Amino acid sequence: MAFSSVASASLEGLHVELIRVEADVSSGLPMFHMVGYLSSEVKEASERVRTAIHNSGLILPPRKTIINLSPATVKKRGPSFDLPIALAVLLSAGLIPMDSLKDTLVIGELSLNGKIRRVKGILPIVMEAKRMGYKTCILPAENAPEGVLADGIRIIGGESLEEICGYLTGERVISPFPDVRGKGFENPLGGSLLDYSDMKGQEAVKRAAEVAVAGGHNLLLIGPPGSGKSMIAKRIPTILPPLTKEESMEITKIYSVMGLLDKDRPLITGRPFRNVHHTATKAALIGGGQVPSPGEISLAHGGVLFLDELAEFQKSVLEVLRQPLEERKIRLARSHGNYVFPANFILVAAMNPCPCGNYPDMDKCSCTEGQIRQYLGRVSQPFLDRIDICIESPRIRYEELNTKERAEGSGEIRERVKKARKIQRLRYEGTGILWNSMLGVKELPRYCVLGEEEELLMKQAFTSLGLTARTYHKILKVARTIADLDGEERISARHLKEAAGYRTIDKKYWGR
Amino acid sequence: MIYEYWFASVRPLADKKKIRLREIFETGEHIYYAEEGRLQEQKFLTEKDIGIIKKARKEGKPGEEFEKLQSSYIRFIPFFDKDYPQRLREIPDYPYALYVKGELPGETRRSAAIVGARRCSPYGEEMALEYGEALAKVGIQIISGMARGIDGAGHRGALNGGGKTFAVLGCGADICYPREHAGLYADILKNGGILSEQCPGEPPLPAYFPLRNRIISALSDIILVMEAKERSGSLITADQGLEQGKDIYALPGPVTSPLSQGCHHLIRQGAGILISPEELLSELNIQAGKSPENKNKNEKELETPENMVYSCLDLFPKSISELIRSTKIPSGKLLQILTDLEIRGLIKEISKNYYIKVRN
Repeated sequence: MAFSSVASASLEGLHVELIRVEADVSSGLPMFHMVGYLSSEVKEASERVRTAIHNSGLILPPRKTIINLSPATVKKRGPSFDLPIALAVLLSAGLIPMDSLKDTLVIGELSLNGKIRRVKGILPIVMEAKRMGYKTCILPAENAPEGVLADGIRIIGGESLEEICGYLTGERVISPFPDVRGKGFENPLGGSLLDYSDMKGQEAVKRAAEVAVAGGHNLLLIGPPGSGKSMIAKRIPTILPPLTKEESMEITKIYSVMGLLDKDRPLITGRPFRNVHHTATKAALIGGGQVPSPGEISLAHGGVLFLDELAEFQKSVLEVLRQPLEERKIRLARSHGNYVFPANFILVAAMNPCPCGNYPDMDKCSCTEGQIRQYLGRVSQPFLDRIDICIESPRIRYEELNTKERAEGSGEIRERVKKARKIQRLRYEGTGILWNSMLGVKELPRYCVLGEEEELLMKQAFTSLGLTARTYHKILKVARTIADLDGEERISARHLKEAAGYRTIDKKYWGR
Repeated sequence: MIYEYWFASVRPLADKKKIRLREIFETGEHIYYAEEGRLQEQKFLTEKDIGIIKKARKEGKPGEEFEKLQSSYIRFIPFFDKDYPQRLREIPDYPYALYVKGELPGETRRSAAIVGARRCSPYGEEMALEYGEALAKVGIQIISGMARGIDGAGHRGALNGGGKTFAVLGCGADICYPREHAGLYADILKNGGILSEQCPGEPPLPAYFPLRNRIISALSDIILVMEAKERSGSLITADQGLEQGKDIYALPGPVTSPLSQGCHHLIRQGAGILISPEELLSELNIQAGKSPENKNKNEKELETPENMVYSCLDLFPKSISELIRSTKIPSGKLLQILTDLEIRGLIKEISKNYYIKVRN
């Protein structure tokens, strides 16, 4: 009959807070009381814990039991404290040996029958536990494959409270979950079956996607319905360079927090592709909630965020994307603190050229000029400013579906992309810039040097193509990427000309 | 003039009745002060008409209104004014008065109307520009309605050719409708004029537009219909022109295009066919200023792949994927060529990655 304490953790966004679960069982009127700034789901733990202990065949003495979760300044949420509370009570009641939970962190939800249930956000917690010097983690058995990804900490997966008690008293042996170092990483593309060779006769779009990916530029596809816009977008992850181990862990952490990991193969090895429906809310897109959880833009981190039917999105929803597109992360401010989630993705957006989708084929298009203007006007200029590459996505023709010609596959494109990205990595080493798309107006003169001939060309283009300062800068950045794809140090006229073909439709092109 | 202006703005009273009344009473002032008995003597006036006049007398403030008109630089030209266009007086339903901002069309100069669909194809638009420019260059005044599409392109072409052009609006002459033609409105004022039979400040009501078509056709000697669907306002203009004894010309297009059906219909009925501006000018017995020799010059100057791309383009928009299909040039290279042609002003991107050839 004494005091005991068990380590556990709570998750705030992606931030892990270590929590100590303290229990004290002493003489007095029999009661079970919990304190420590608890949310209602944690308060309910008292019923679950007592019933689970009872149903595991253990008998708690009728004593005064106080549970405290510290530090008391952190609000505790979620059901993952059930197991540590149960173990702390059993320690204090002397039902398991006092020193059996040394250097051990415990997480798990209990069912009334004593079974241990899977919880969200295991990976970041286990990683933090490892960093803090814990030797062992006791987790729900279903979460063990995920926990083991942290690498270098003993993972004990338990099916039930009874099993864990047996393990702690030494009556039962649970061997640590097998170390899967490097496992699940042998297929770095995530086993995707998609490939660009499926797409025939879409050379222009494929080339534009290649340039976009090589320089991290955002991409806008404009084309009629049924022109395979989402087909193209879905295949963009296949031409991105494979994930590194660090990137993979970072992405897996985010998915862990959202409870979206596969039970048996938790490690995310393929680049994410998130297709967001146009009815999405702001919170769904950038993350939200009282304690914010990551939104779609963070789930697309390291991969592609696809917004189909761009013009159908609520204007205010699109506007909130502007800041994360710039900073490549999202900062959500709440009264009790700031939450930062990574959001470094390539935005691929698709839209029709007009409400009916047939413009500029005037024989088929039934929209009035006012309707077209209104439709295109739903996407704001500041949002368009963040998209460097814009390309027409054509209607697919029957002959192209059945052609025997082999189209270029994702593998070949990916090799070129990798090369271009390597050049950029070397060029921008130590500057904080990753890709050409992140070049600011200040850096442009340094990295996008034009020769005399090219200066002249741009001067002509400025007036004859009706460029604005913004489009001018975008063309420079995209030309830099095309030159990198060619492996050339100097931007030449042909790079600029191709880049000009990808310029986003400016205000004067909206409508006619 | 104060009372003339007052009477002109009495509405809704048919122009014919107004003209007859004005001829009987001789001045607007007499009508303003006429006794009710004298008005009732006029058998063509109904009780309702007299009510309208009485109401206008009671509520109108002739002096104030006229002052407002004078400060707005809009000229008021009633049918009995010496400046009232002769061509207009020749039609049976000529308007009681015209309101003019800028100049009036020259009485002795030839004028041509360029009319057609608002929602037109780039082909129609480019052709309207070309004909407007060619006709303006030889001193023909271009009349149109300043609507979106063909009308606007016709005006713009005339301005490009350095000629005079006149817009007949379906709203007050002080209102720019459609709004996006504000630039065009200002340019027309500098090189021609804005005309309307509606009082200043009148909003663009749908009913006014078919009415103004008769003025467009009346002011013109020939009428060019560039693109029109089977039922369209442009055909009304052409029909009225026919009744007024004007020559109608129509621009042929692909038989599959609904936008050319109206034109083909006119051609079947006997309208002239617009083959080229030069041909039209020779039909009008006008010597064109320059010979059309330099037409193919651009193509000769271009190198082969450029030439190949350029020759694939015409006035019907082609997308980049269609161009890849027909030229077999890879996408990156093709975009370079297209940008190059665009910078040289030979082609135009009219929608994202849709290109057309530019004239000449």
